[in-house]
Amino acid sequence: MDITLHRDRCVGAGMCALTAPGVFDQDDEDGRVVLLDTKPSPAHHAAARLAAGLCPAAAITVTAAREPGSSSTP
Amino acid sequence: MHNEPSTSPVHDAAQHPEPVTLPTERPAGCPFDPPAELAQLREEQPLRRLSFPDGHTGWLATGHSVVRSIMADPRFSARYELLHYPLADVGDIPPAPPGEFLGLDGLEHTRYRRLLMGKFTVRRMRQLTERVEQFTAECLDAMESHGGPVDLVETFAQPIPGLMICELLGVPYAERDFFQEHVTTLFNQAASEEERGTAMAAMMEYLQGLVLAKRAEPTDDLLSDLTTSDLTDEELSGVGVFLLAAGFDTTANMLGLGTFALLSNPDQLAALRDDPGLAEGAVEELMRYLTVADPTLRSALEDVEIAGQKIKAGETVLLSFQAANRDPAKFLEPDRLDLHRKATGHVAFGHGPHQCLGQQLARVEMAVAFPALLTRFPTLRLAVPAEEVPFRANMNIYGVHRLLVTWDKE
Repeated sequence: MDITLHRDRCVGAGMCALTAPGVFDQDDEDGRVVLLDTKPSPAHHAAARLAAGLCPAAAITVTAAREPGSSSTP
Repeated sequence: MHNEPSTSPVHDAAQHPEPVTLPTERPAGCPFDPPAELAQLREEQPLRRLSFPDGHTGWLATGHSVVRSIMADPRFSARYELLHYPLADVGDIPPAPPGEFLGLDGLEHTRYRRLLMGKFTVRRMRQLTERVEQFTAECLDAMESHGGPVDLVETFAQPIPGLMICELLGVPYAERDFFQEHVTTLFNQAASEEERGTAMAAMMEYLQGLVLAKRAEPTDDLLSDLTTSDLTDEELSGVGVFLLAAGFDTTANMLGLGTFALLSNPDQLAALRDDPGLAEGAVEELMRYLTVADPTLRSALEDVEIAGQKIKAGETVLLSFQAANRDPAKFLEPDRLDLHRKATGHVAFGHGPHQCLGQQLARVEMAVAFPALLTRFPTLRLAVPAEEVPFRANMNIYGVHRLLVTWDKE
């Protein structure tokens, strides 16, 4: 799984840090999204995808990277 | 190109060409449900023509998916002066006053939002948990020593968020009656323009004095922090009024109406009382089910094709968050309050760049307050017949004016 942030779009709503706290955080000063883990383990994939979908500003893009051993999810 | 879209077979509009008027009457005996006609309109067409009282023909968005799309789409503006008002012919709407960034777009909005969003992060709001717990306990102590029946709105629902927003901003909580009164006027749809103007002016005057005091002698709070920003005194005072109003009257209504909804659904109340671990999910479900801040408006800045419809530049779209949050395409059995469901994805805090700035504070307040109330008073019940509870039918934020409750003494 690859995660790309578009921090210029971030509005600091905190949906990502709330939904996938193992993957996303918010900067303490400006409140914008911070990526904690660029290659989250499969256990975090579902939450990371949900967080991307919930982001009100479309500031998170999650793509399924074709890594050896990674399972493809529909 | 279709010269007459209403005759085009590709548009569902052909089947329902007539603009509708906005249904506002909630079904009799179902004070938590949106007007029944909204569900029917959503089923026919999640985006359809809507007649506004000033003669404008705009749009009504009721489907979860289309509401979300429009709220996130920068081709739609939140500028007040571009909007038509859905409840009465109020003539031209003035632009947002300085500091009221809810009515701004793009970089003008971002300028304010960026200054504030670091102050309302998940982490910072969770750090307030202990303070919310402490103050909630004080409210419950006061209720207990008074004994039932008490008005839950006055003793519990209003004080908790009121104190928290005052402490965050650095506004003396002793002035709460002053703010509560003026915020109530600002949000009262039956108030005259003049009454609203007077309330706004009184709050602005107070905040301007406070901003000057914070500039002279900064304290550890949000208003003081913002004195180092590029905001003018007027803009900063406007931000203060806006955040106070938002903090005073939103969560307060969720706590009041939410408690009433729980009392009306005893199995759900028992589930939350017996398992405080359910609190965070329960908050999301109560937000979805009650959707107290509704509706919102947007104006198309250019022609937009969306959900099979063509919205023209200048047309106002009314977005019904209530209808979206009861959309069966998104939520199974949407009219049922089910604290165990995954209500994530509701639009009760809005969506897009204006999504509620204080949502993480609201979550913490509710996740603490609801279980604490039910734990302290396991036999909590209404002290009046449910039909006699006065609803805020003409307010921007739905809720109850009073909620008389009582309980068995130990």
